[in-house]
Amino acid sequence: MTRTDSRTALVELSGVSKHYGNVRALEGVSLEVHAGEITCVLGDNGAGKSTLIKIISGLHRHDGGTLALDGEETRLASPREALDRGIATVHQDLAVVALMPVWRNFFLGSEPRKGAGPFKRMDVDRMRRTTRAELLRMGIDLRDVDQPIGTLSGGERQCVAIARAVHFGAKVLVLDEPTAALGVKQSGVVLKYVTAARDQGLGVVLITHNPHHAYLVGDRFVLLKRGTMVGNHTRGEITLDELTSQMAGGDELDDLRHELQGDR
Amino acid sequence: MSATTSDVSDERFLRSSSPLQRLLTRPELGSLVGAIAVFCCFALAADSFLRASSLGTVLYASSTIGIMAVPVALLMIGGEFDLSAGVLVTSSALVSSMFSYRMTANVWVGVGVSLLVTLAVGAFNGIMLARTRLPSFIVTLGTFLMLTGMNLGFTKLISGTVSTRTIADMEGFTTARALFASTLTVGGTHIKVTVLWWLALVALGSWILLRTRAGNWIFAVGGNEQAARAVGVPVARTKTALYMGVALGAWICGQHLLFSYDVVQSGEGVGNELIYIIAAVIGGCLITGGHGSAVGSAVGALIFGMTSKGIVFAEWNPDWFTFFLGAMLLLATLLNTWVRRRAEASK
Repeated sequence: MTRTDSRTALVELSGVSKHYGNVRALEGVSLEVHAGEITCVLGDNGAGKSTLIKIISGLHRHDGGTLALDGEETRLASPREALDRGIATVHQDLAVVALMPVWRNFFLGSEPRKGAGPFKRMDVDRMRRTTRAELLRMGIDLRDVDQPIGTLSGGERQCVAIARAVHFGAKVLVLDEPTAALGVKQSGVVLKYVTAARDQGLGVVLITHNPHHAYLVGDRFVLLKRGTMVGNHTRGEITLDELTSQMAGGDELDDLRHELQGDR
Repeated sequence: MSATTSDVSDERFLRSSSPLQRLLTRPELGSLVGAIAVFCCFALAADSFLRASSLGTVLYASSTIGIMAVPVALLMIGGEFDLSAGVLVTSSALVSSMFSYRMTANVWVGVGVSLLVTLAVGAFNGIMLARTRLPSFIVTLGTFLMLTGMNLGFTKLISGTVSTRTIADMEGFTTARALFASTLTVGGTHIKVTVLWWLALVALGSWILLRTRAGNWIFAVGGNEQAARAVGVPVARTKTALYMGVALGAWICGQHLLFSYDVVQSGEGVGNELIYIIAAVIGGCLITGGHGSAVGSAVGALIFGMTSKGIVFAEWNPDWFTFFLGAMLLLATLLNTWVRRRAEASK
């Protein structure tokens, strides 16, 4: 890969590989994530997208290539370490508790407290206020932060999860198929908040199999196919049509078309 | 999530719920309506039900269930059951009594040892659950059976009979009785000290659930264990603490049992675990976890107390008690489900 930017990337993978026993899940994948940019990872089912996420979010260790954070080569030991180094991952299942109010979900696992000794308690006022303010900063006006998060739509929940990651000081946001289960309009809302996070200076990794969504917001595009990287482009180098055709398998699609027409 | 909500636009972000809707989503609402209904029913059916002395009797019956219903409700909100809770009360009383009788001269030593042993059983339940990843129904069913056997076995081995020897003449008995089994007179009504223990536990349980970090974790491990783990909530530690909470309740109840009668029958307590669970469920705890309240469990226990004593005051055949309890459980659960569905649908 040619370096396209002189700045140090927040996250830089070069030639990363991962094997599960004899199975090659990922081979020679390179990508860069810069502050204030969105790097899209595109690929069909089984292309290795989830393996890539697991390496960036610290769930799995890579066996080949290098992973550098802020230019410093490293190997993440756990999701906790990834979080501590500013990499927040929003998984598809979102890690929210449906029956709990929005504000309790927002701070779950990192509750601010006040008081001392046996009277140590959660700073509920601050939690409510901060939740409202942080959501507002992302452009979500949620008047009642006491409603169970399960009563929000899928898109809204995704937005809360993103706002939570931003609030807790993430420098890099990894989003796993944030629009996969959503309708057109809801997807639009989520993509708006993804760009809002980018505008606040975060580096975003957007995993998707939808080239249209990727092209709307992406600055860089990494294409995966059966564990290998088949393309790595910046926005200026590629058009939506090219992206779509590469994503859909380009030549394979042509073959399929001939085959189907030949049957007539 | 996908197609059905895609037509909902950004305006949903602006929506808020009215105070009435918020009231309707409170977990204890259904049980409160039920409690008022039961109260009115017995107030009409039995003249003696409204007397001040009856109030003391009802509150006492409610408190012995209520003390356990609070930690059982917290555990249920955390997504687990404890079937060993009923016999653990007896175990706690037996340990206290027999240790005092055999090993020392002062009952307070037995009371202290009993606290440690009871908490250890609670910790055992929690650690077994975390380590084996078996359902809590199975783990605590095992503890329940083992404790039932040990209660009988050890008592016969040590005392030679199925009940313990009296410890009424031992040092410290009077002070221990004052703490666990005394009667206070408030405005002509005799109130057992267990009522105070009960109220204190309800307050403590509510404080923990609503205002502490631990409370946030309890709701989270019961509502969505994977999500809680993913954001760094110590799931095993939270659940073990909840089981130890149940053990603490069992210790208080067990000491009350011991010091109000000075001997303990080793076969007691079997079946009470279900009554604690019933009180928690009537009080609005979701059987699947993640929702409920300590106050609700108190109202559930109150319904239990009013029904069990009200039947006596009304001079009905007490054989019908369990029938009423069962009907109450079904009605309260249906009401809770209906109310919650209405409240959530109207959003």
